[in-house]
Amino acid sequence: MLTLENLSKHFGGVRAVDGVTLTIREGEIFGLIGPNGSGKSTTVNLITGLYTPTTGTVTLDGWDLTAMPQHARTSRGVARTFQNIRLFGNLTVAQNLWVAQNGHEQRREHFLSRWFKPGGEHGASVDELLQFSRLYSKRDVLAGNLSFGEMRRLEMARALASNPRVLLLDEPAAGASQEDGQLLAERIRAVRDRGVTVLLIEHMMELVMGITDRIAVLNFGQKIAEGTPREIQDDPQVRAAYLGSGHDEKMERASA
Amino acid sequence: MDFYLGLLQIIGVHTLLGLSAYVVLLTGQVSMAQAGFYAIGAYVAAMCTAMFGLHILPAIIVAGLVTAAIACVVGFPALRVKGLMLVVATLAFGEMVRLFFFNFSWQVERGGELIGPNSAEGFRAIRFFPENGWEIWHVTGFIWIVVAVVMGALWWIDNTRAGAVLRAVGHDETAAQSIGLNLTAVKVGAMTLGGLVAGMGGGIYAHTVTHIEHAVFGVLLATFAIAYPILGGLGSVFGTLIAVIFIQGFLVEGLRFLGDWRSLLFGALIVLAMNFRPTGLLGERMPRLFKRRGPDKLELKEAE
Repeated sequence: MLTLENLSKHFGGVRAVDGVTLTIREGEIFGLIGPNGSGKSTTVNLITGLYTPTTGTVTLDGWDLTAMPQHARTSRGVARTFQNIRLFGNLTVAQNLWVAQNGHEQRREHFLSRWFKPGGEHGASVDELLQFSRLYSKRDVLAGNLSFGEMRRLEMARALASNPRVLLLDEPAAGASQEDGQLLAERIRAVRDRGVTVLLIEHMMELVMGITDRIAVLNFGQKIAEGTPREIQDDPQVRAAYLGSGHDEKMERASA
Repeated sequence: MDFYLGLLQIIGVHTLLGLSAYVVLLTGQVSMAQAGFYAIGAYVAAMCTAMFGLHILPAIIVAGLVTAAIACVVGFPALRVKGLMLVVATLAFGEMVRLFFFNFSWQVERGGELIGPNSAEGFRAIRFFPENGWEIWHVTGFIWIVVAVVMGALWWIDNTRAGAVLRAVGHDETAAQSIGLNLTAVKVGAMTLGGLVAGMGGGIYAHTVTHIEHAVFGVLLATFAIAYPILGGLGSVFGTLIAVIFIQGFLVEGLRFLGDWRSLLFGALIVLAMNFRPTGLLGERMPRLFKRRGPDKLELKEAE
């Protein structure tokens, strides 16, 4: 469904992403892991269009996204969250979802009714998302005044507001506790059950190993392994890449 | 009495000028081009009435539309740059407009005299109001009806999805892009709307003073235009109105008795105001008075 073909991004002499080829299948939770600086976030930015690739292509359902501007990719069905949360702190929770309704079928609505809908009528889809994210009671609170956990939930809800086909989560567990990680896993499964394919970039091994269907591992911008969580844990190259960074131990714990 | 009516006229047209900058500032863009748009509106409207005998109402609408079209065209290249570079780019545009009118000469004969913009001498005898027997309070009333309509329209837009989108872009462009907003379209849209408002304001201004010339539309006016929404805050359109009343009514006119000391106090008071209200007189949040009461009840229902 989402295919990266020989994707590269060079910053001067640094090859942040170097010839990565990946295929993510419809309806799966796909994990993208790797040590710090291995090119995970750059890959996300290449898929969403924040960066233009040096070489290679990104296709979604056969549509070539490579040359599309970011907003066009959103209407094709790509949505994301950010590693460092980026909400519209000056808007309310409901408005944050409201402005994000830029999906394909939403664009077909008449220009005037789409843009000049008065504030009270956020619509059923916004209410549904608020309930899904357990933020309904906070709907008129400014997003800047939410707690950290609520901000994370709102950001994911905002990404879902455009009815994406694939959702890119860039380290959604950053700053979260162990229990939060459990809840997050449930939320990600719930998102998948809505029919959204998930690409999960994450450091927390327990989370990745627990919920993903398949995993790809990046190191120095190159894909060094791809497979099920089981296969990844047993891969000697992956172990070598993580050795000394403390993740090896965590991996064993996660597999136990 | 005439003095106060005249002051009300100044406050009225400057409110329109400030609102035009307010719309653009909502998207986070500091535009110094508003005085240029104001100049275009002033000359176009004056040409419509003085040279072609149009009524004032269609004249300011034409002025607004022409200015909006120019603002739209200027917006595409200008909004590719950000921050200080945008300030410089828009400042340059404003100066270009001013210098254009400094050299622009096009006169027609009407009633035995030559009428129209005459380069450095400016555009004299924009006499629609006196020719049609409008009293000063007619003019003041007319200005404030236009101001009320424009403020009402912007207030309404502010509360629709379009308003939320403008604020979203102003808050975080990267996030706005990631949720599928076309930044260029949103920013150029805001610039076009700002141009419409500035053009109408300039059109009215030309008729209240009956004589316009390039020197009026310089950097100082552009600075005033952007100072109003910054001082008033982005909470709502009323912030800009309050800032105009504060600057034009209080600082410029009210402190005249201080003579030379006025300029000194002028700066000091603005610095003070910005220190006590860093996000502007009305801030980013709306005043309590205008907040909807609905949500509280809903929360109660949920708790039960």
